[in-house]
Amino acid sequence: MILMLSTEVIISVTFGYLILLFAITWFTERKGSMLKKWAAHPYVYSLSLAVYCTAWTFYGSVGRAAESGLDFLTIYIGPCLIAPLWWLVMRKIIRISKLMNISSIADFISSRYGKSANLGALVTIFCLFGILPYISIQIKGISSSLDIMQFTDPLEQVGAFSVFGDSGLYLALGLALFTVIFGTRAIEATARHEGLVMAVAFESIVKLISFLAIGVFVSFFLFDGLPDIFAKAKEADLSHLFVLSGENGISDWFWMGLLSMMAVLFLPRQFQMGIIENTSEKHLDTAMWLFPLYLVLINLFVLPIALSGLMIFQNQGVIADTFVLAIPLEYGYEGLAIFGYLGGFAAATSMIIVSTISLSTMVSNNLLMPILVANTSFSQRFQSNLPRILIWGRRLTIFAIILLSYFYFRVLGSGSSLVSTGLISFVAIAQLSPSIIGGIFWKKGSKSGAIWGLLAGMFIWAFTLILPTFAINGLIPIEILNEGLFGLAWLKPYNLFGMEGMSIISHSLFFSLFANLLLYVSISLFSKQNSKELNQAVLFVDIFSYDKNLDTNIFWKGQAQFPALQGLLQTFLGEKKASNALHDFSLSYDKPVQQKGMADPEFVNFAQRILSGVIGAASARILVGSVVKEEEIPMEEVLHILKETQELKSLNQELKSKTKALKKASEKLSEANEALKLNDMLKDEFISTVTHEMKTPITSIRAFSEILQDEGLSETEKKRFLQIIIDETGRMTRLIDQVLDLERFDSGRQTLNWEKVELRTLLLETAESVEKVFLEKGLTFQIDCSFEELFLMVDPDRIKQVLLNLLSNASKFAKTSVQLIANQVDEQLYISVIDDGIGIPDEDLPFLFEKFFQAKNQTEKKPIGTGLGLAISKKIMDYHGGKIQVQTKHGKTVFQISIPIQQKESQLINTATHHE
Amino acid sequence: MNKILIVDDEPNILLSLEFLFKKEGYQVLIARDGEEAMQLIENQVPELIILDIMMPKVDGYEVCAYVKKNYPKTQVIFLSAKSKEKDLQKGLALGADRYLTKPFSTKEIVAEVKNLLN
Repeated sequence: MILMLSTEVIISVTFGYLILLFAITWFTERKGSMLKKWAAHPYVYSLSLAVYCTAWTFYGSVGRAAESGLDFLTIYIGPCLIAPLWWLVMRKIIRISKLMNISSIADFISSRYGKSANLGALVTIFCLFGILPYISIQIKGISSSLDIMQFTDPLEQVGAFSVFGDSGLYLALGLALFTVIFGTRAIEATARHEGLVMAVAFESIVKLISFLAIGVFVSFFLFDGLPDIFAKAKEADLSHLFVLSGENGISDWFWMGLLSMMAVLFLPRQFQMGIIENTSEKHLDTAMWLFPLYLVLINLFVLPIALSGLMIFQNQGVIADTFVLAIPLEYGYEGLAIFGYLGGFAAATSMIIVSTISLSTMVSNNLLMPILVANTSFSQRFQSNLPRILIWGRRLTIFAIILLSYFYFRVLGSGSSLVSTGLISFVAIAQLSPSIIGGIFWKKGSKSGAIWGLLAGMFIWAFTLILPTFAINGLIPIEILNEGLFGLAWLKPYNLFGMEGMSIISHSLFFSLFANLLLYVSISLFSKQNSKELNQAVLFVDIFSYDKNLDTNIFWKGQAQFPALQGLLQTFLGEKKASNALHDFSLSYDKPVQQKGMADPEFVNFAQRILSGVIGAASARILVGSVVKEEEIPMEEVLHILKETQELKSLNQELKSKTKALKKASEKLSEANEALKLNDMLKDEFISTVTHEMKTPITSIRAFSEILQDEGLSETEKKRFLQIIIDETGRMTRLIDQVLDLERFDSGRQTLNWEKVELRTLLLETAESVEKVFLEKGLTFQIDCSFEELFLMVDPDRIKQVLLNLLSNASKFAKTSVQLIANQVDEQLYISVIDDGIGIPDEDLPFLFEKFFQAKNQTEKKPIGTGLGLAISKKIMDYHGGKIQVQTKHGKTVFQISIPIQQKESQLINTATHHE
Repeated sequence: MNKILIVDDEPNILLSLEFLFKKEGYQVLIARDGEEAMQLIENQVPELIILDIMMPKVDGYEVCAYVKKNYPKTQVIFLSAKSKEKDLQKGLALGADRYLTKPFSTKEIVAEVKNLLN
């Protein structure tokens, strides 16, 4: 048996909840409140976006699922799919709106298309028509949930219905009052409503938890979990509800997905929460995952509740839209039912509040104000009253919208379900997307294109969705549906041009959007924008490059008295805020605060922008235009200036890239400088070593020359000393030659005389020239060449020089024997010089090929030589693409050179250039 | 007759100095490196040593320090190609009596030796 809850309990719970909401809002708006800080948190922002989920979600999804299965999901899949694109689309809209002080979606479109008052008004009227039924179904949702809680059958009430006895009306009025108090406190329509944001976020939490609670109750208390529900539903022959079905199923899913993508961006309440109330673009990062997650959670139990309801209330005539409350009530869980009721209430109220605020801003700023300020005599006479007119206009609009919605549902809407009315609104809002998306990405999108596109879309929307509603409700002949307008079959509202097989919504969306887009694009392509339109178009599309000092890029020419503009600001902002604004202007444009005289163009733009935030872009343009003498800027001039800006931009880019190149070059330079410094140090060391080495022969030469000057030397002594002088001179010449040689190799100036020579012959020739020395020293000399003939491209003199150097070193250190071994292994020619001398300590090996290594290492017996031979040999081998290595093994020292046999021309040249 | 020790690893410099001082009437001892010099001093202590710095095995600085410690009466003249001020300072700090640079003037070195030994 269904329990009956007393009306008093329900009413007091409802008002208790409203008071809580009131308290949250109130405390948030207090100065220095903790909650105020929370309101700027990305989680709160993301939750406030969940105003998307209305009573339609809360009650209607279950209804839809009970009727046609998974279809209900489509309008949540769209938002989830588009969420990753927010960074592209929403961020740009946010940036534009913040910089241009845009207060609503109508203002956005009006501003984009040359601050057109007509376009703003058109969008406003269209939004009113589109959203009013939607608000009305929210009131209907609240009202029918109240009825269910009190167990009064709404069907019985029709006819014997008294408006003043209806609690729904009082609730609606209460909501209107709440909205007026917290939604119209500041005159700037762009001002943030932290209290409202917190309230909406709170409501999002309430509706989510409440829906989850009922879902858990149904799934785990009434049934044994989700598998149990689906199993029983299958037995009850309900399985068609949870599989994708139907031929037009997929196309329908596509159109619904598209529809909801546009809705989640452009519904006035989404625009209000997502754009106007946004405090930081970074919040999008969080919203991009949190909002889809929210949608997933709130839809989790829709199908289980719908299936359970169908099984529980078989043929009892319970409307599926009410399952959420009817099920707990059926089982006597009043508390849960009340919580569920509050969830639905929260879903409905948040939508109503936010939608009415945004609609009231549109009406006051884009409908009322442009009319008032366009009437010059009126606006001049009542200028000081305009702010009051503005704010009261908004307040009255809020009441009017809510009351109209209430009566709409009482008079018209009782027949259609929650979902279908919502979808009709969605299709209406979708008509805004061509002019918005086109507006922010396509500069050519023009005012006339936007107006005609919108009108076409609106017309088809009305014809395919509203006209049939009238017909069904008997306001116009029903024949239109079946026979078409004027009896023309191709004008049937549900089957335009004989189109069959699409759902009503998809059909309407397809034709309205198609016509809208077609007209928008084609008219834009063929129409000419005026200078103001073009200016706004460029700013919108390229907003990220105009970020700073926006006002400099709005072209304005004419004469404006500063005091007149200041007066306007003071009227609409008040003395204090106006002087703050002036201060801001002087700060951001680095100009002194003016007192009188003519205003700069920048200031005119600035004043217009500030006023836009209060009265809308179009009204601000008209109002500012009334106090200044503006000259029309010829199109050519705008184009010229824009071109200049572009050139400046490209020049800027060029400059940037040049700066980059310069930076790179200077980095390279400092690198080179470091290398030079090191080089310098090495050179210093080299020179000091060279001088030291040269002093040794010079010392001998000088000493013996002086000795020779003295008399009394024997002939043998004279001869001997002269020979020493000659030898030492030779040593010095060798040293100088080698230093110069090495320097040429180091600097890459050394050139080799490449020649194809036979290596065996070269080896033997070299060996022959040193054989005598070995004989004199009593050393055995052994030559072993493993190949008969090998031609290679080398500098024969240089290779000889290396071999002679190695052989002469060996002769100095060898005790008994020296070997010269040549062989060819794996495309490499190896030539080794082996002696049985004292060997080289391991720690010296790495330095062996450095200049003057011997000279530096004075603890070893000093052999005769310059200390440059091995360094030069290494350079020569490098130039040949070869190597020189040394190792000491078993009392033998082996110096080995290797030359690649498969020499490539390029390899040789490369090696040579490597040194340059 | 004064005994002079000449230490240098360059045979020709050694030869020139040996010839020079023998002609002046000194008893000349020669060593080709620091190690040889130190062994020599053990047997016959010279009155004066002409000492090269950069030599294999044991360098001139070490020899000078050794001589000044064990045979304080023996005088030391450094004769080196190292001609920087700091080399000179280092040599004198080790107790050398003179620091002459290569290439040297034969007259000057003979005069310095004579001067020191009188």
